[in-house]
Amino acid sequence: MSQTVVVDIVRIAVILGMFLGCVAYLVWVERKLLGHIQIRVGPKRVGPYGLLQPIADFVKLVSKEDLTPPNAHRALFRLAPAIALVPAILSIAVIPFGGTIRVLGREMPIGIADINVGLLYVFAMSSMGVFGIALAGWSSNNKYSLMGGLRSSAQLISYEVSLGLSVLGVVLLAGTFSLREIVAAQHPIPFVALQPVGFLLFLMASSAEIARIPFDLPEAETELVAGFHTEYSSMKFAMFFVAEYANLVTVSAMAVTLFLGGWNGPFLPGPIWFALKTAAMLFLFIWVRGTLPRYRYDQLMRFGWKFLLPVALLNLLVTALIVALSGGEG
Amino acid sequence: MLSDFLPIGILFLMAVAFAGIALAAPHLITRAHPTREKMLPYECGIDPVGDARGRFSVHYYVVAMMFIIFDVEVVFLYPWAVAFRQLRMVGLVEAAVFLAILLVGYVYLWRRGAFEWD
Repeated sequence: MSQTVVVDIVRIAVILGMFLGCVAYLVWVERKLLGHIQIRVGPKRVGPYGLLQPIADFVKLVSKEDLTPPNAHRALFRLAPAIALVPAILSIAVIPFGGTIRVLGREMPIGIADINVGLLYVFAMSSMGVFGIALAGWSSNNKYSLMGGLRSSAQLISYEVSLGLSVLGVVLLAGTFSLREIVAAQHPIPFVALQPVGFLLFLMASSAEIARIPFDLPEAETELVAGFHTEYSSMKFAMFFVAEYANLVTVSAMAVTLFLGGWNGPFLPGPIWFALKTAAMLFLFIWVRGTLPRYRYDQLMRFGWKFLLPVALLNLLVTALIVALSGGEG
Repeated sequence: MLSDFLPIGILFLMAVAFAGIALAAPHLITRAHPTREKMLPYECGIDPVGDARGRFSVHYYVVAMMFIIFDVEVVFLYPWAVAFRQLRMVGLVEAAVFLAILLVGYVYLWRRGAFEWD
């Protein structure tokens, strides 16, 4: 038993380390890609091709002054970044990165945990992030932070409904919440072929959920300075930043798991397929950021409630009808 | 079954430790040198006017209430979706009735302009 726990701890530490490494280098990848999209070269001074940039950024951020505004609610102001960061890290726990692997003569699934309510768990964790943002905005005692925090909260909860509905089609087809079983159910045909509308809805709703362009209203710097993290400096700011990019990786991994067949693929081993597909999704998100302008706030709310929600419901009902009529495996 | 959640517990402890270290690290490495200007709430370099914790638009409360209604709807649909293969047509009709009732509320909200923002 204790040996199992030690193996668990090592395994989880390795996965967490790789995940945080991915998050750190995602920032570099994004800056580099955005640079090239805008006909610049992006970071190039620190190390070859600017590859040491994330480390330089980290050193800079950790050595900055960590200020708490005097009229802020001190406890909540300090807690808010942790409330944003911890659930963002926790949501990777149930994502299956591959099939099984033999370590020390033991068959182990590649991933941190395999629970039968994996999908619910991911949504629960992603909902927790709202608390960090709302508390950060309120506790800062800054008008921009308050406005940004309120807007972000309203945006996140508005799109969460559509996000939850967009994946229900997948649940209908797979008949389970276990992400591992959902991947297994996509063995010959990935669900993107059966749920194309669901996939698009998921992409739009999740872009809003992680505040990416065209839905990056929380950071509309032209009107709100930096939104809910205006008053944050040093590592507290970095924690919001890490949480944001961790959510981006998680959403991409979820899109791969739910719609693109997860680790399934010919020739190459499972985890490599998973990494390639996730990288493609990340590239898509960065590409979109380099291409689209930002929505206005009223457009954003109207789009979420008047378009995404009814279309998601319709998609769900049509899927249910087809599954009910087809009778067989659906 | 509960042991399935053990790795999540371990990850939680690691994540909390990571957050704790990140919160403590700047205090170990640097000292803050606060000045009056540095500690003012940021308002584009102008001395702040009034308090930030004032009143804000009631529309945010409306959005929160709409979220509760529709998110509970989604929560009810989740177990339905998992069990759908056993329910089949009966399940479809029941979900349609459930959604039709909520649709009345949705149309009401739309007509009252709850989704408009000005």
